[in-house]
Amino acid sequence: MSVASTGTPRRTWWRENQQRLTPYLFLVPGVLFFMVYVIIPVFQSFWLSGFDWDGLGPKEWVGLGNYTELFDDEAFYTSLKNNVIWLVLYMLAVPAGLGIAIFLNQTVRGIRIYKSLFFFPFVISQVVVGLIFSWFYAPNFGLFYRLIEWATGHGVAILADPNLVTYGIILAGLWPQIAYCMILFLTGLNAVDPEQVEAARLDAAKGWKMLWYVILPQLRPATFMAVVVTVIGALRSFDLVSIMTDGGPFGSSRVLSFYMYEQALSEYGYRMGYGAAIAVILFLIMMVFISGFIWKMVDDERKGL
Amino acid sequence: MFPRPVEQASPAVRIGYQLALPVALIVWLLPLIGVAITSVKPASDLASGNYFGPPSSLAFSNYSDIFQNSLIGQYIFNSFKVTIPTVIGTLTLSCLTGFALGIYRFRGNLWIFFMFVAGNFVPFQILMVPVRNMTVNMGLYNTTLGLVLFHVAFQTGFCTLFMRNFIRMLPRELIEAARVEGVSEVRIFWYVVLPLMRPAIAALSVLIFTFIWNDYFWATVLTTSSSTQPVTAGLYSLNGQWIAQWQLVSAGAIVAALPPVAMFFLMQRHFIAGLTLGAVK
Repeated sequence: MSVASTGTPRRTWWRENQQRLTPYLFLVPGVLFFMVYVIIPVFQSFWLSGFDWDGLGPKEWVGLGNYTELFDDEAFYTSLKNNVIWLVLYMLAVPAGLGIAIFLNQTVRGIRIYKSLFFFPFVISQVVVGLIFSWFYAPNFGLFYRLIEWATGHGVAILADPNLVTYGIILAGLWPQIAYCMILFLTGLNAVDPEQVEAARLDAAKGWKMLWYVILPQLRPATFMAVVVTVIGALRSFDLVSIMTDGGPFGSSRVLSFYMYEQALSEYGYRMGYGAAIAVILFLIMMVFISGFIWKMVDDERKGL
Repeated sequence: MFPRPVEQASPAVRIGYQLALPVALIVWLLPLIGVAITSVKPASDLASGNYFGPPSSLAFSNYSDIFQNSLIGQYIFNSFKVTIPTVIGTLTLSCLTGFALGIYRFRGNLWIFFMFVAGNFVPFQILMVPVRNMTVNMGLYNTTLGLVLFHVAFQTGFCTLFMRNFIRMLPRELIEAARVEGVSEVRIFWYVVLPLMRPAIAALSVLIFTFIWNDYFWATVLTTSSSTQPVTAGLYSLNGQWIAQWQLVSAGAIVAALPPVAMFFLMQRHFIAGLTLGAVK
């Protein structure tokens, strides 16, 4: 071995160490990209939120000035309030998704096609969903408008009403989100242990009791995933607001993600620092949830190892 | 099985269920059906107030109209130009990272893994200003490449999570056996692990294709002109251009939705396998 290797010392060194070095070599490109485009920008945003900056000229340090300005910003509170409404109502996607999943968890003929078609709204982009619901709500000829008119005698232009607009957009958002939760629960239901279900049936458990004591505990991983993606979906809501109302009427449908974009790339001059400050607030809200999720995942991982 | 299969129920329940299925589906897809019908209505129908009835004639001309009189064809082409390189780039990077994190035990493994996982959950807005500046400084603002680079980097987070967990489920004996045979690590990756990762690669390609095709936020942040904007951002401007011409808006929306929908129906099994990873233990 030593004789043969003197001719190619590098190769031997590589041979001896390759098990130790390979993972680092393999990680370099991915980690580098992720650092540059995701991890470092998070810190840069924190830094930028201390400046007054139009994106082109010199940056002016204002310390916490942007944050104190937020305190008195009416639009910021509207956005924050809407974000809370989004978060709360979006959670309906979890039980609704479970409901549809239970409804569809059968083996009759053609059920597979039904499952795919129920899942359909999730596959199309939020921009298209937004356009579809804009048409659905459109005053005078929208299907939804007509239904309301038929039921109550007078139609309601949801997207033009400052008090209703956010609910209208959330309903549009729930459509694909329920589909997403449904597919998670369908997969979960598929993996439910049939023996436990049969055993519970022998003990005369059925209906809600069966669901609560036997099925739901087994659906824990699916429920966890559904809650995670729903929380993230609610806080990321940007597309629908932008497409359906552009934040209007009178800024009443803004959410933090949209308001941030509006400020940073505003028509009346870019306010990058102020935008970054709004993003930091949104990030901190998200962090509360992220740290919870990560904590649970680390916990699972430790148990697994 | 839960709930109890309807085959075991009385005939009345069984028939009721069979009837309830299509009714529920129609209600569920009502907005979509409405838009699909509107997209083949002649403009005269809408003008004369025929909003809900069947179209007086099938106006597929709405579709040819949008391709001839708007830039939607260009936008769709732009979407492909962004989506396909992103899928390739992301899968390349995440096969490497997933392999490194899934196979080897080394200091910092779990930390790097959780960096990828945590980065995934970050709201886009906190990245927006720095990423936009960086893209401008690199001279890549309003280019396909600028958009692709960001998407590749961001999606690598999710894909690494997926790949790593997938590789963890592969039988370790295979790798040990190859090592005993003296196969180099790189060759183990290429000849042993990569072929086994095919299902994961298939699942992620469909998922990433759909995610990127449907991306709207980054498209508006990093591109501005019709020569680079993907169809999601394009629809926003077309919507302004086609104001109140719902037959055109509908046709445009349907055309823009088609590629991911086709992808979904062709690769359904992989798509759902990817999406529901982690939903069962």
